[in-house]
Amino acid sequence: MSNSRGDWLEGELERRGVSRREFMGFCGTMAAALSLPATLVARIAEAVEQSPRPTLVWLEFQDCCGNTESFLRSSRPTVADVILEAISVDYHETIMAAAGHQAEQNLAEAIERDRGKYIAVVEGSIPSGENGAYCTIGGRAALDIAREVCGGAAATVAIGTCAAFGGLPAAAPNPTSALSVADAVPGLQNLVNLPACPANGENLVALLVHYLTFGRLPELDSLRRPLFAYGKLIHDACQKRGHYDAGQYAEAWGDEGHRRGYCLYKLGCKGPVTYQNCPNVGWNEGTNWPVGCGHPCIGCAEPSFWDRMTPFYRHLPEIPGLGPHASLDKLGLTAVGVVGGAFAAHTALHVARQSAERRRQAGEGEEES
Amino acid sequence: MSRIVVDPVTRIEGHLRIEAQVEDGTVREAWSSSTMFRGIEIILKGRDPRDAWAFAQRICGVCTTVHAITSIRAVENAIGAVPPPNAELVRNLVMSAQLVQDHVIHFYHLHALDWVDIVSALEADPAQTSKLAESISDWPKTSPRYFAGVKGRIETLAKSGRLGPFANAYWGHPAYKLPPEANLMAVAHYLEALDWQREFIKIHAILGGKNPHPQSFLVGGMAVPIDPNEQASLNVGTLEQVRRLIHEARQLVSQVYVPDVLAVAPFYKEWAGHGGTAGHYLVYGEYPETPEAGAPLVLPGGVIRNRDLANVEAVDTDKITEFVTHSWYAYEGGDAEGRHPTQGETAPNYTGPEPPYEHLNVEGKYSWLKSPRYDGLPMEVGPLARTLVAYAKGQPKVKALVDHVLGALGVGPAALHSTLGRIAARAIETQVMVDKMEDWVDGLMANMGAGDLRICDNDKWDPSTWPEECAGAGFHEAPRGALGHWVHIQKGQIANYQCIVPSTWNAGPRDAGQAPGPYEQAIVGTPVANPEQPLEILRTIHSFDPCMACGVHVLDARGRELAEVRAV
Repeated sequence: MSNSRGDWLEGELERRGVSRREFMGFCGTMAAALSLPATLVARIAEAVEQSPRPTLVWLEFQDCCGNTESFLRSSRPTVADVILEAISVDYHETIMAAAGHQAEQNLAEAIERDRGKYIAVVEGSIPSGENGAYCTIGGRAALDIAREVCGGAAATVAIGTCAAFGGLPAAAPNPTSALSVADAVPGLQNLVNLPACPANGENLVALLVHYLTFGRLPELDSLRRPLFAYGKLIHDACQKRGHYDAGQYAEAWGDEGHRRGYCLYKLGCKGPVTYQNCPNVGWNEGTNWPVGCGHPCIGCAEPSFWDRMTPFYRHLPEIPGLGPHASLDKLGLTAVGVVGGAFAAHTALHVARQSAERRRQAGEGEEES
Repeated sequence: MSRIVVDPVTRIEGHLRIEAQVEDGTVREAWSSSTMFRGIEIILKGRDPRDAWAFAQRICGVCTTVHAITSIRAVENAIGAVPPPNAELVRNLVMSAQLVQDHVIHFYHLHALDWVDIVSALEADPAQTSKLAESISDWPKTSPRYFAGVKGRIETLAKSGRLGPFANAYWGHPAYKLPPEANLMAVAHYLEALDWQREFIKIHAILGGKNPHPQSFLVGGMAVPIDPNEQASLNVGTLEQVRRLIHEARQLVSQVYVPDVLAVAPFYKEWAGHGGTAGHYLVYGEYPETPEAGAPLVLPGGVIRNRDLANVEAVDTDKITEFVTHSWYAYEGGDAEGRHPTQGETAPNYTGPEPPYEHLNVEGKYSWLKSPRYDGLPMEVGPLARTLVAYAKGQPKVKALVDHVLGALGVGPAALHSTLGRIAARAIETQVMVDKMEDWVDGLMANMGAGDLRICDNDKWDPSTWPEECAGAGFHEAPRGALGHWVHIQKGQIANYQCIVPSTWNAGPRDAGQAPGPYEQAIVGTPVANPEQPLEILRTIHSFDPCMACGVHVLDARGRELAEVRAV
């Protein structure tokens, strides 16, 4: 490119009617989302203007397209658009103009030209059953494509719970032997998981800005989730937390407690065992989030949530003698341990679920109040 | 004779492959294959029916409300729950917002690039573009400076040498007919619609917590409390926010979307003669005008055979069967007979080539989609089917708009059975629905004012109030067409779950009698100027708005699930 990145961005901002002030505001929001000190705002702006336009390829496998749609909803639209255009999205089936072999050619060229430099985003799980025939693109198995593309990437983002942890296709009994990206491409370095069903588009944008700004990935937890978005329990940042602490609960849909915004714990809320920044960032430009709307959290950012968090409307267990508050804190800690442990074995989960159901039917399990 | 393969078909939801036999520049035969499978019905077995909506919702993240709605309706039908009026009104708003947003995104972001040549827009004169835009609508963003800015954006992209998602497409193809100014206007509206969709869908955040995958669905109601005196509830302030978003959507639809369709269509009038199916249409019907049971539907149901608009039959869902003759499943008693969804019996049976492969064996099984049939016939579903049924039944708003569009283009109703007809029908029903939405806001306001704050049938919430065994069906008109879920519940758990989805109707393979599905019918006869660049095939396929993840999931396999249970 003949002109510098800064000139280009400035021209773009002007054409789109975005003031310098608004752009800096956007960078400030990004800094906040990344939990960075305010002094870094200028540095982010500088980095975004000066970094080269990196290549991004987006692969869709056993997906529902929800993460793509979420990406399209990223907020601060005009400026975010500029940021998105600052990245060259060379392959994305849902939005790209080319089709068929021309589309596949774009992918092949991008990963060849920018080997070791491009960002790969993966949406959806990857089936390993039936020699890969449960998901093929251009006649190639998803597993084959994932290994080639992620293997040559500078960084891979597994977006959504399906790509990050296997998600719905991997829920018991996992009919297609669906795998997460980490399991499908073993030993992958620079893998970031952005779980949730779907992931919040704001978190993807924040991750990309972080990467562009610092040239490296943000700090991750043991499940490879960025701490800036998955560092706290929903319960600890929840707007209804005061009601929980005061023992004020919604007991039935539309009752006085529900209308007053009381805690949804008794209706099945999984906020106490779920790490995600929904209460801080919100959805759709901060318009709302599920608990804010009146429905319990279903724990969609956690591994195996379709098995571990169901039935969704049964409240989390209390530990006798400790009271709800203590039990929930303890449960949160327990869940962290569980997440990294043997619960990834889907058959085991299925067994656990079935036997739990049998216990419940036999009246031994606990019932909703 | 040459075999064209388009895989992946892009700018759709999911994974679709088209193989077509082309001779003398025309498609002679075509095969539609879906190449991804997850098995969501298997996963649903044994679960709490009240959870099913969340599982089913994830069938699709584009039409992200439709399976949730249909699922809760099926379970309600089974257990006898009756959602209160407020829940029905909120559902109407959630469903119609989905339809409006989905159709606009489809037109601009998934379909437009089949008709709009972005590269040609580089030659447009912004002043002339401004005149063109002002001649077709009152939309305010029409200044020459504005269009110069949009043109500048494309120029910047082109100069960078990296076209990103616009690279390597069919630009310059002889089938592109729009003058540069119309192309530039369309690109501007592509970008405006991208901003608008993000704004409009806040309706789902208000009524459902978030989008994609709004989360306020409940068996028996909706989980969004209503109370004019509570800030944690839907109140006058939040409903006014919904009203504002509806107003903005009405402006965009009536001043941008519909005028663009009318402005572009005359350049592509020959497409009123391509892309038609045999003309069998199925519509379940949707959008009760008012919450009362049996209320008239804004978009009525019906069945049309052989393009005969004079005879619209009532729908009888007992006439639905599904075939697996050419699908990668096996029926225990053989693949020659179709089965009703309540008798659905399926096991995956992949017999296709081992990947990587060049061609599918279209003589045998070649898709993860089944082939649904109505009274033995392949049916087209979706906006065109709905518009034709409503038109034939004399729905006044639909009739007026159809007549207006046909008059503007100087064609008769026969032109509707086509690629262009599908595009026009989608725009027409978007206008009808966006004009209707505010009535339901008014309904909620009125209920709230009268003190009716109920949002859920709590009497049926506890599974102990349900029959030990029950079955039900739920129906919906998704943006892409007729959608049905069938559920069988035993002892409070899902014993069987089946869906028949719009894209299964439209995109399914041949049946036992070798009758092709609607996609396969529609492409036959399409001219293909350059087999290396089959733009014309994409035009017709995209006109259906494929949603493949929705289509493929149809399974209630017993083998694996039972083996799993036995292992326990």
